[in-house]
Amino acid sequence: MADSPSPLLEMQDISMHFGATKALDGVDFTCNAGEVHAVLGENGAGKSTLMKLIAGVLQPTYGQLRVEGRDVFLGSPKAALDHGLVCMFQELSLVPDLTVRENLLLGAPGAGLGWLRGQGLDKARAVLTRIGGTDIRLGARVEDLTLPQRQQVEIAKAIMKKPRLLILDEATSALSASVVESVFDLVREERDSGTAVLFISHRFHEIEALADRVSVFRNGQRVATFMKGDHDYGAIINMMVGQKIEELFPEKQPGAHQSDIVLDVRNFSWEDQVKDVSLTVRRGQIVGLGGLDGQGQGTFLMGLVGLLRKTQGTTAIAGEPSEITSPKSAKHRDIGLAYIPEDRKTEGLILDQSIQENLELAALGRADLDAGDPTLYAGSLEQLALKHGGLELPVSSLSGGNQQKVVLAKWLALGPRCLLLADPTRGIDVKTKTQIYTILRQLADQGTAILLLSTDYEELIQLCDETHIFFEGRIAASLSGDDLTPQNIIAATLNVSAIPQAAHA
Amino acid sequence: MGRALSIDSLMPYFGVVLLIIAGSFLFPQVLSADYLTQQLQIAAFLGLLATGATVVILLGHIDLSVPWVLTGAAILSTALVGSGNPVLSALAVPAALAFGALIGVINGIGVAILRIPSMVWTLAVNSMLLGLAVLNTGGFNPRGESSALMITMASGDLLGLPVSFLIWIAVSAALAYFLTRTPFGRYLRAIGFNEKATFLSGVSTPSVVFAAFAIAGMCSALGGVLLAGYANQAYQSMGDPFLLPTIAAVVIGGTSILGGRGGLFGTIGGALFITLLTSILSVMQIDDAWRNIIFGVIILAMLLFQTLRKGAAP
Amino acid sequence: MLDYLRSNRREVIAGVVLIALLASYLGTHPRGASTYVLTIWANQCLILGLAACAQFFAVVVRGIDLSVGAVMALTNCVASYVLDGSGIGMAFGMLAVVGAGALCGLLNGLIIVYGRIQPIVVTLATASVFVGAALLLRPTPGGAVNYDLADAITLDVLGIPTALIITGVAVLGFWLPFRRTGLGLGLYALGSSEQAAFQSGINTRLVRLAAFTLAGLFGGLAGLFYSFVTTTGDAGIASGFTLNSIAAVVLGGVLLRGGVGSLIGALAGAFILKTIASLMFFSGIPSLAQPLFEGMILATAIAIGGADMLRARNKLEVFS
Repeated sequence: MADSPSPLLEMQDISMHFGATKALDGVDFTCNAGEVHAVLGENGAGKSTLMKLIAGVLQPTYGQLRVEGRDVFLGSPKAALDHGLVCMFQELSLVPDLTVRENLLLGAPGAGLGWLRGQGLDKARAVLTRIGGTDIRLGARVEDLTLPQRQQVEIAKAIMKKPRLLILDEATSALSASVVESVFDLVREERDSGTAVLFISHRFHEIEALADRVSVFRNGQRVATFMKGDHDYGAIINMMVGQKIEELFPEKQPGAHQSDIVLDVRNFSWEDQVKDVSLTVRRGQIVGLGGLDGQGQGTFLMGLVGLLRKTQGTTAIAGEPSEITSPKSAKHRDIGLAYIPEDRKTEGLILDQSIQENLELAALGRADLDAGDPTLYAGSLEQLALKHGGLELPVSSLSGGNQQKVVLAKWLALGPRCLLLADPTRGIDVKTKTQIYTILRQLADQGTAILLLSTDYEELIQLCDETHIFFEGRIAASLSGDDLTPQNIIAATLNVSAIPQAAHA
Repeated sequence: MGRALSIDSLMPYFGVVLLIIAGSFLFPQVLSADYLTQQLQIAAFLGLLATGATVVILLGHIDLSVPWVLTGAAILSTALVGSGNPVLSALAVPAALAFGALIGVINGIGVAILRIPSMVWTLAVNSMLLGLAVLNTGGFNPRGESSALMITMASGDLLGLPVSFLIWIAVSAALAYFLTRTPFGRYLRAIGFNEKATFLSGVSTPSVVFAAFAIAGMCSALGGVLLAGYANQAYQSMGDPFLLPTIAAVVIGGTSILGGRGGLFGTIGGALFITLLTSILSVMQIDDAWRNIIFGVIILAMLLFQTLRKGAAP
Repeated sequence: MLDYLRSNRREVIAGVVLIALLASYLGTHPRGASTYVLTIWANQCLILGLAACAQFFAVVVRGIDLSVGAVMALTNCVASYVLDGSGIGMAFGMLAVVGAGALCGLLNGLIIVYGRIQPIVVTLATASVFVGAALLLRPTPGGAVNYDLADAITLDVLGIPTALIITGVAVLGFWLPFRRTGLGLGLYALGSSEQAAFQSGINTRLVRLAAFTLAGLFGGLAGLFYSFVTTTGDAGIASGFTLNSIAAVVLGGVLLRGGVGSLIGALAGAFILKTIASLMFFSGIPSLAQPLFEGMILATAIAIGGADMLRARNKLEVFS
């Protein structure tokens, strides 16, 4: 090792402390030129912190970074860029009010605060064309682009900077499979020309497709580094979680399809985004909503809790026709709907307030509940095993998974009859996921009706009793029992006719 | 409530003590009961305005219509008294408060329904009120006088303390109760931090905004009534010198201009501090120029101290 | 072109409104579209226009500058001392006036960036300091500005008001090139998304400092031009200009949340505001009712911008 040439990036004994939390604890990590190095770990394992240190967004509490053997201090993203360390961030680093061209020029190599000449734009254009972004006009404002288009621009922006080390942090999460493939081709090309690539993804098949080497992080430490193929899926999961997960999903209960109907939606339509959707959710049922992003399933959930104006169709709760015009009316005791929005940081929680205050916020408006009563929350907090250093601490001090637990507990305190969840496990570690699955199934068994929007096929299959797949605002397929297979779901999300052999059970 | 007594909110009180000590070296009469009770009386005018401003700033907004709500309330109340009709005269104070609440609701509509930034909308409301006042009074100082009630409210004494001070403290105490012990107060802070998440938690956020601006409007109106009682008249632009000291009193009292964080206890200290500072500077017969400079520098110093302290202990 | 119109629709609307207002102003003015009428109008517009430019630089980085009027008062008082004498002396004098404004802005920026205090609070306090300094210089209005120089800058060249020429230079000679520099882009990036700007390698501190310095510089220019129009120094002019500069940028389509708008919009907003006032003067509305009308027009213009929200059919859209 002493004789080998210096790795492109070397991190030695790196620690990063946020107050009492040790996000990274004495980590050694190296990344070689001409290699795709995948980084795996649960949320809160320290991956993102690691990336932010390399990108110069954060500075380590202790430890030393070296680029090609020389000590460096990365005091700002600018400094990291000057060393050729380019990060494509999970939270997109595009400025919404500027055009694509201006975003590409922003912080481009050689562009200081002076006159911009537009060098490198050709390269960016070429990259965009290669990864399926031909329809992205350079004059369009980034705000008007779709999420996949923004990710494409972000990739072009990163490649344009001619990186020596390229970090892809969940860089392709919104892209379709064919675009992802072309991005991977591009990344392989970069690798072959000597660029080091750090790759973070939650999708195992992507790591399978791209990585040369894999490092696994857990609790702020690097637990293993190995060549791809040395360990199988199960072994890697075990390394990430630190214990064996026998059963991710709780068992379904038979017979729920005969119980009382709690939520009965008929002919629901809104603008041209939701078209004539009818469905029911019964006591004890978990009903899934699936489909590609933006097919109307998320909008449909918003409509149910009164976030949309001028909707058509009827909603009945436990047989009573109900007019739900706002989240306030939805949470009323006579309705009993609880809506857990998709973005916990901006919609589900008030990050600056304490855990306690967040827990109480939904119950406060209910005359029949005493929001200050700790027993309202104690049960679900215990069941979800919320890890916290005191309920008076700000909720922002919790990890993502624990924050989602607070959102759940906040709404469960109301004892809702029907729980609507918008992708509650997105970006959450495996262990928290299982805890959430368990509590959802348990709630269902106690009689709650649950409507679960998910982007995870496994959830739609393993957790849900019935799943509706949306396509262009309509329910393209309703699957249950033996029909609930990955093939059928994929077919329905693409709106191709299902495999004909599936007979009704 | 540990938060209500944060170091930030105690700072202006330390400042007040320092001012009194330093002032007494230069002018021993600063320590006299007469001087101090007079300061309490004067501080009440600014304090009432700052109380209302605190509610709006906690919400994450700002109310720039203070000057002409104040002036309008003063004109309205003195005009009603000046009419000579005993019924109208008795209605002077309630009418002024209703006027303040009405303007507050108009402010709230622009902010909560039309989603116009409060800084712009309340400014526009302020200039409309100015226009109304000019149209109404012909640009001259309005006729009218203060009722005995208004004069007592502004200049009377009760148990050795100025009535205006007691009114201020009573209003502050009542609002402090609302802010810390009722859902309204929780909603107010929650909206100040994150309005969207609060709305999604099943809170009727527009009503909270309406209520907050209405409270602020009533506080400004009450301040106007007291000032009219103090001067026994209303006059054009009587509110203009109060706008910036009002905001200064709130932020010196530790309330974050971004919303959510802070409280009324600090604001009381802030209003006392600013009143005392102004008074001592004028007692020292420092000319206008230096008074402005010292005023600005001291406010900056206190704010810098707040952030430096936080920077030192994260 | 379509992209350009769409992303600059606010400026386009402001421009159209301004032209319509100006046409009706010249139409109703008893002396018609003479150079004299235009010159008076343009001078009044440009004073507020420059103040609005100052405000624009603070607002575009998601800040606000409550010291615009105070900087104008201070630089106006400086100008009343240094703009009389030899030609070279006056040239340095003008530099000193603008430099004083830039210095004020730099001070604001330093406190905001390194003191980590909200711009609204910082400029509230520094405004008091600047007004105090202005009062030190001119406890009572007075002083003088060289009449020849003042005439040269506030009258006309070949029938075109000098103020309009200055406006043109500010837009074509300064703003349009500036918009294509890294700093120009950085201002928008910072106001639109500070995190994205930072992660893109922008030195956010430096850019914010530059923004407030530019705000001070334009405040100085406004004070300088005001001095040429009034030819005297007065420390008491601060209050009206600060609030009007905010109203002007908003009318000109600059969003207070930062990152949106342009110097052209800020100028257009200021010109609109002043044209309305002038229009009212000749419109036959009783003079006592004019302030009310002005206020109502301002409120209506702003409320129309907000009326979009009533049409939002997804209630979450309004929170942003």
